[in-house]
Amino acid sequence: MALPTRKFDAVIVGAGGAGMRASLQLAEAGLKVAVLSKVFPTRSHTVAAQGGIGAALGNMGEDSWLWHMYDTIKGSDYLGDQDAIEFLCRMAPQAVIELEHFGMPFDRNEDGTVYQRPFGGHSQNFGERPVQRSCCAADRTGHAMLHTLYQRNVRANTLFFVEWMALDLIRDASGQVLGVTAMEMETGEVWIFHARATLFATGGAGRIYSASTNAFINTGDGLGMAARAGIPLEDMEFWQFHPTGVAGAGVLITEGVRGEGGYLLNKDGERFMERYAPTMKDLASRDVVSRAMATEIKEGRGAGKEADHILLKLDHLGLDVIEKRLPGIREIAKKFANVDPVKDPIPVVPTCHYQMGGVPTNYHGEVVAPANGNPNTVVPGFYAAGECACASVHGANRLGTNSLTDLLVFGRASGESVIRFLKENPGHKDLPVDAGDYSMQRIARLDGQTGGESVFEVGAEMRRTMQAHCGVFRFPDMLQSGVQKIKAVAERAKRTEIKDKSKTFNTARVEALELDNLIEVAVATLVSADARQESRGAHDRADFAKRDDVNWLKHTLWYRDGSRLDYKPVNLKPMTAQTFEPKVRSY
Amino acid sequence: MKFRIYRYDPDKDAQPYMKDYDIALEPTDRMLLDALVRIKSVDDSLSLRRSCREGVCGSDAMNINGRNGLACITRLADLKEPVELRPLPGLPVIRDLIVDMSQFFKQYHSIKPYLRNNEVPPDKERLQSQAEREELDGLYECILCACCSTSCPSFWWNPDKFVGPAGLLAAYRFIADTRDQATSERLDDLEDPYRLFRCHSIMNCVDVCPKGLNPTRAIGKIKDLMVRRMT
Ligand SMILES: Cc1cc2nc3c(=O)[nH]c(=O)nc-3n(C[C@H](O)[C@H](O)[C@H](O)COP(=O)(O)OP(=O)(O)OC[C@H]3O[C@@H](n4cnc5c(N)ncnc54)[C@H](O)[C@@H]3O)c2cc1C
Ligand code: SF4
Ligand code: SF4
Ligand code: FES
Repeated sequence: MALPTRKFDAVIVGAGGAGMRASLQLAEAGLKVAVLSKVFPTRSHTVAAQGGIGAALGNMGEDSWLWHMYDTIKGSDYLGDQDAIEFLCRMAPQAVIELEHFGMPFDRNEDGTVYQRPFGGHSQNFGERPVQRSCCAADRTGHAMLHTLYQRNVRANTLFFVEWMALDLIRDASGQVLGVTAMEMETGEVWIFHARATLFATGGAGRIYSASTNAFINTGDGLGMAARAGIPLEDMEFWQFHPTGVAGAGVLITEGVRGEGGYLLNKDGERFMERYAPTMKDLASRDVVSRAMATEIKEGRGAGKEADHILLKLDHLGLDVIEKRLPGIREIAKKFANVDPVKDPIPVVPTCHYQMGGVPTNYHGEVVAPANGNPNTVVPGFYAAGECACASVHGANRLGTNSLTDLLVFGRASGESVIRFLKENPGHKDLPVDAGDYSMQRIARLDGQTGGESVFEVGAEMRRTMQAHCGVFRFPDMLQSGVQKIKAVAERAKRTEIKDKSKTFNTARVEALELDNLIEVAVATLVSADARQESRGAHDRADFAKRDDVNWLKHTLWYRDGSRLDYKPVNLKPMTAQTFEPKVRSY
Repeated sequence: MKFRIYRYDPDKDAQPYMKDYDIALEPTDRMLLDALVRIKSVDDSLSLRRSCREGVCGSDAMNINGRNGLACITRLADLKEPVELRPLPGLPVIRDLIVDMSQFFKQYHSIKPYLRNNEVPPDKERLQSQAEREELDGLYECILCACCSTSCPSFWWNPDKFVGPAGLLAAYRFIADTRDQATSERLDDLEDPYRLFRCHSIMNCVDVCPKGLNPTRAIGKIKDLMVRRMT
């Protein structure tokens, strides 16, 4: 069936920080660009970011992009690509300054410059002592940034398609990407967005776990679409568990709390991080802190009746600091933990937070995949930025504040790459005759299903499986049985059924289509994790306790077809700086 | 727990109606949104918007026992049964609890919600003192949930002409920003019997704002500035 079609120079899927930084670049260049989003732009999950944006402005004391680069590489447990990391850290200050010029309401110092707070894993002089590098707007940095970017896009007259859900990527026989199919949620109509360049900025998929700091809409749609179109997913075994999610609720308490001087206590009131990370203590990188907390709980030193959580103490900061720098945290703690942090500590546990892996790209935001003997061959017409992309700047463990930086730097860079590509490739290539058929088959299958599985139940089973089999600590038997289990869940997901057949704003249909994407991500994660026989960054295996640079200093590539794995080397060669050779990591 | 929920699907319902639900909750269901997700797991046709589940994205504003609020930060324990849920008042209903927010966003866009400054920016950040920055507190935190505007009688009667509390709060956010140079254009634009002056300080907006913001105060400050520039 031929679908109705709209034509654009470029289509961007996602209106979070990455998508809107990219769209700004294109709209200001006068190109015809469509930005699709499942939600009104300011409802994207970037809005929830709290702590800050990492950039070596040096407003609070000496700092340099090279130190930032070192911290990021060390934080990544040496899995990050050093060219991309150099690009990130060098461009970061400019990206933040630009955002300030757009109107971002940053907190200020006495001299009127942007205030910066300390954050985990960020240091002065190659690990000597914590540095203040995180540029913030109280503990609402993401909100302030997302609204600022939206506002700037309003000024640039960017064309948004709000509450449109992209369904599938369109590629022609040569593999070139020619746009997406997308469903207008209000009417249920499916359209083809025919574009010369397509950019994914669809965010993370943290909803594969039961306990997650992520929004409901973080369902990895970009990853699912890419995987179904034959593009591999990179490093999917690496998921960041944030040390401080509110126990039971999952809602995040920013690392900025520890940046401002808060710390963690076990049931004996011991500040245990001093044992695990003598220099950086509570500001060691996240994988280290989360493992320390999980160890404390495992060894019976957890707090509470069930000894199942850790306490985050900040009352000693005083009402003034809490009200000025952490007002949102106080609100969250009162609402979701029933404690007022001005008086009592907040119960926290490590909680799934961020996906380090994603659609493989280079530092221009171009999607790359192995072809003709080159593992990094550009897929023409296809770009990705933000949490859905893997550049890879975060490697095996992301440093706090580096994601917002990533959105700004790679949002802009990918926008620039699209502009270049459009100049060199005028005119639309013809759509394949069957463009759109695949999406229509998926929808027809869903609408016609009888005696099928409940979307809610299959989703719950997926989340339980991930939580139990692929958490902070990973065990060989659990990984193996996890792979079997998640494949069984994936089979069930092929037979999901919805009772609601309405055309109008059918959220049951949306959730079923989202589940298809989550499942791809969950399978990729477990299969990749089971295969990686070492411990690195956020991937911690009981049977291979050490990092193994001889065999595993390489990126995983998972293909949907047959759940096949491939690997490619880590780029240890920066753009201009000297290589940071892998070393033992201590904080 | 008992709920009465406004239901309307234009595909099949001639008229909106209220549907009763009696649902067994789990101990982990603490907020109204948890209960709605639970209801949706048994009746997948119930339609609502939601995303962040922590009160920052502004998706799940609705009328809860007669008062506008966000489902995700409304505690179930504080609600009287049966909990009556309706879409935000005054906006066209698309389906169930989902309203058409176009008019609301149109008003927001009408105030030119972006920093206007035509100077070539410096190489570094523009400087702003801490006191100047504090002027933006209580203004920039708006999540565009529309709880305020849809509880404002002036907005109900003139949604096409009155900017409404959320839009006016945003207008003042830029007026108050030392980096914005368009104060007089902004005031000109609002100097109109409807755009600003339909506000009669009824304060419904302040009562319902889930972020504790005070649009009435911002509106008052805009009015002060207008008076001041006339004299
Ligand atoms: C609670 C929390 C706090 C955080 N704090 C920080 C912090 O302080 N500093 C930091 O650096 N990082 C932080 N992070 C991480 C960071 O916020 C995210 O990684 C980042 O915001 C992701 O941005 P994005 O633009 O890639 O995606 P998002 O902001 O998630 O946007 C994704 C966009 O894609 C759209 N979309 C998705 N699928 C589809 C589809 N199928 N069709 C159409 N549109 C689609 C969505 O509608 C949305 O517009 C935090 C994360 C969380 C969860
Ligand atoms: S104070 Fe003004 S804006 Fe607020 S509810 Fe009353 S009339 Fe509406
Ligand atoms: S002022 Fe308050 S109620 Fe109004 S839109 Fe903003 S956050 Fe919502
Ligand atoms: S779901 Fe985001 S505000 Fe309630």
